[in-house]
Amino acid sequence: MNRDFGSIVLDTAFRYLVPFILVYGVYVLLHGEESPGGGFQAGALFGIAIIIARLVQGEKCELNIPGNAAVVLGGLGTFIFGFIGLLCIFFGGNFLEYGVLSFLPEPQRHTLGILGIEIGVTICVMATIITIYDALTRREVSL
Amino acid sequence: MRKAISYVTVAGMLFFLFAVAGALPQLYDPNSPAARHVSPRYIEKSHEEIGSANYVTAVLADYRGYDTLGETTVIFTAGVVTVMLLRTGLKRKKL
Repeated sequence: MNRDFGSIVLDTAFRYLVPFILVYGVYVLLHGEESPGGGFQAGALFGIAIIIARLVQGEKCELNIPGNAAVVLGGLGTFIFGFIGLLCIFFGGNFLEYGVLSFLPEPQRHTLGILGIEIGVTICVMATIITIYDALTRREVSL
Repeated sequence: MRKAISYVTVAGMLFFLFAVAGALPQLYDPNSPAARHVSPRYIEKSHEEIGSANYVTAVLADYRGYDTLGETTVIFTAGVVTVMLLRTGLKRKKL
């Protein structure tokens, strides 16, 4: 318990809140096709979970994505979206025409394609929220 | 002179704005073009074309995938611009 701040109330609330937020984020992401929700909302939930971890436990928290990695992850999420679109062109269709992805099982091609781009959106939104939080709260470190 | 030109420009743009806004279909009008052509197509065909139980996701990720790609890029750009503005300022202050 060698921390500058935090208390038993914060630690207990953190321990109960964050797992539910993470599970709810996964649910919103995976059920985006059938219920309200999707990539943007799931990304916001994941980002909030990590911001809560930083607020409660400081910069050396266990559940953390450093700011530099978050920028790279944001680019990666956008890349996943665009790459799935380009993959459809390589398989002989239009941009983001999931029906031509022949390596996926037939009835679920569109659904799996949508899930793929939703994962990309989730990663991008989560990483961007963490990036902005990190850039706003960054301290000057003596290198 | 320049003030007169800008006043005339603003007046002209206001006129066009009100003219166009008056010609737009009413909100919740069931006979508007969007409600007659686009929405029935999404509601009737999206299940067999996309296979998704949720119209909103079918429109968001499939019919208008370009739009969602643009939104994702906008969010990523916002993050990158934040980093560029805030972090470089800190470094310069140290030098």
